[in-house]
Amino acid sequence: MDRHQGGETIAITIKTLPKEELFTSGHTACGGCGSPIVVRAAMKILGENTVTYFPACCLLVFGGTYPHNAFKVPYLHVLFENSAVCAAGIKHALNKQGKEDVNVVAFAGDGGTGDIGFQALSGAAERNEDILYICYDNEAYMNTGIQRSGSTPFGAWTTTTPAGTKIGGKELFKKDLPKIMMAHNVPYVATASVGHPADMIRKIEKAKNMKGFRYLQIFAPCPTGWRMDTSKTVEVAKKAVNSGMWTLFEMEDGVVTLNVKPKMEPVDDYLKMQGRFRHLTDEQIKIIQGWAYKKNEMDLKFVEAFSEDKKE
Amino acid sequence: MVKRVVTGNYAAAFAAMLAKVDVIAAYPITPQTFIVEHLSEFVNDGLLDSAFMRCESEHSAMSACVAASATGVRTYTATASQGLALMHEVLFIAGSAHLPVVMPVVNRTVAGPIGIWAEHNDTMPQRDCGWMQVYVEDNQEVMDMTIQAFKIAEDKRVLLPIMVCLDAFILSHTVEPVDFPEQDKVDKFLPPYRPDHAVLDPKDPMIIGSFSPPEYIQEVRYQTDETMRNALEVVEEVNAEWAKEFGRDYGGLIEEYKTDGADAILITLGTVTSTARDIVDEYRAAGKKVGLVKLRFFRPYPTEAIRKVASKCKAIGVYDRAVSFSAGGPSWIEARNALYGYTIPVINVLAGLGGRDVTEPDIRLMFDKVLEAAEKGEAENEIVWIGTRGVKP
Repeated sequence: MDRHQGGETIAITIKTLPKEELFTSGHTACGGCGSPIVVRAAMKILGENTVTYFPACCLLVFGGTYPHNAFKVPYLHVLFENSAVCAAGIKHALNKQGKEDVNVVAFAGDGGTGDIGFQALSGAAERNEDILYICYDNEAYMNTGIQRSGSTPFGAWTTTTPAGTKIGGKELFKKDLPKIMMAHNVPYVATASVGHPADMIRKIEKAKNMKGFRYLQIFAPCPTGWRMDTSKTVEVAKKAVNSGMWTLFEMEDGVVTLNVKPKMEPVDDYLKMQGRFRHLTDEQIKIIQGWAYKKNEMDLKFVEAFSEDKKE
Repeated sequence: MVKRVVTGNYAAAFAAMLAKVDVIAAYPITPQTFIVEHLSEFVNDGLLDSAFMRCESEHSAMSACVAASATGVRTYTATASQGLALMHEVLFIAGSAHLPVVMPVVNRTVAGPIGIWAEHNDTMPQRDCGWMQVYVEDNQEVMDMTIQAFKIAEDKRVLLPIMVCLDAFILSHTVEPVDFPEQDKVDKFLPPYRPDHAVLDPKDPMIIGSFSPPEYIQEVRYQTDETMRNALEVVEEVNAEWAKEFGRDYGGLIEEYKTDGADAILITLGTVTSTARDIVDEYRAAGKKVGLVKLRFFRPYPTEAIRKVASKCKAIGVYDRAVSFSAGGPSWIEARNALYGYTIPVINVLAGLGGRDVTEPDIRLMFDKVLEAAEKGEAENEIVWIGTRGVKP
């Protein structure tokens, strides 16, 4: 069943997602992990004519430690900080062999994307490499044991931002990586969330069908690192969007669209579900609430400035 | 065959074109820059049909080469000094995954202090990455070895990446007459790269770089070691084929010059060899029994060839343009390891670090030191720094 949205053909919905699993059960992700939700859906949409790349991250380990493997498509792992350029190298080599129709996708965590991997990511975006880059954002270095990353939000406990008697959690704010990527003027940049699967699926499919550099940053809770109930992954992800802690928007050829208008529910409910925020003082919660309001205000202005009707 | 007067960098770039590389990924660094500039000209003029990734760093350039090679195509890059140091982490992947990337390295000082002139302290610390290393003496050898490098690296018994090491400025920026091999002869010598061990293709899925527990990694190390040893034979075979087809014989792993009947032999590598050859002629004319070995391959290390040389002389000197602090020059350390159990003196002569000129008097002094050791059967100092201000050689 095809349906049209914004002039493009969207063939896949949650109901019509292919049954075939290219990322199979038997992987060893923790209970409630958000990242396999992303990878499983993405692989269904991308299909078997795909080559994938993973950096050193949770996915590399839970996706199959030799001789085990949960992937039915080829994958390459080289290092931690070079996912974007490795995916680009694969793409060029495929093109040289006349295999231009093969999808090349890199999956990487937020640290491997926005911190140590940012140079290679920015370089690949500037060169408009013909790859799809999917960042699963779980807001810390989870594979190495929950250390803070540039994507970790203010106040969050991690093993390198402990809830000490003098300093309680991270003192700095989450890096706004999606807007940094939008500043690269690539064909497609979008945020998504495992709490909004229909929106996520639509964006993955749209990205699949485009050429050039495409970047998706998908909010994917980590119950182990966030110290939360493993059955609440989707609920927590939904609350992040509803409270303005995570914005769902996309930029396509320079036009920005807000996909879900934030309800701006108080951040308290979102924070209370997660042990990583257990230590927060009222003052810290107030700072986070203020950050959410300010982010929302800036995001709305940004969307307005680059909306369809502002396009010449 | 056409003879043209070109720089070492031009020869290195032109050889990549003759090898019809599929993917080039590079980042500019002095004194390698002309290589990427010439390649850009070849691509933009339609002479070379390669995907050329102008990356944002050497780390990314090597990463792209590794990924492209893992996808089954011929890949090439070039770098120097800090660029190679930045690539260090990625080099191991090419070596362990058996990806035959070819990379000219214009040997340049590694900071600090920052300098841009010839030194081998960039490539020699990379000896354990699973890459072969060949050191060349002139621009003809840059051209010939860059083409041979593909053949050696892509041999099914080897499948290892390789660095072609040329001295900064002395070769990279200096013009010399170079015979340009004809394309059809190169095509015959170097057929297209068609691997089956590393090809990322959805039609026949394969994993490269799987997270691996201790049950499996030691075998991977053994295989890299084994294939590096296989390369000893392949280097000789490829050299012989090149000599037959193109008329230039480099001797394979090492080149010997007047070693027969020599009491004192100096082992050099790189451009210093040319000056040393002249001094051998001069000393031989004066009745001094000296000989020269040009060490061409540092990895794989030609242990047997060095032992054969040692068995016919009374003392050996090993020249190094790099130093492993407190332990001596890397080439000397390797030679001593190869010659364990031999009773002749093996001394280390260090000169030309940071790109300082290594002059004829410097090389005479090297030979004098080795001759003295040959005569006495022992050396006063095992490690001799030549031409160092305030240091008695």
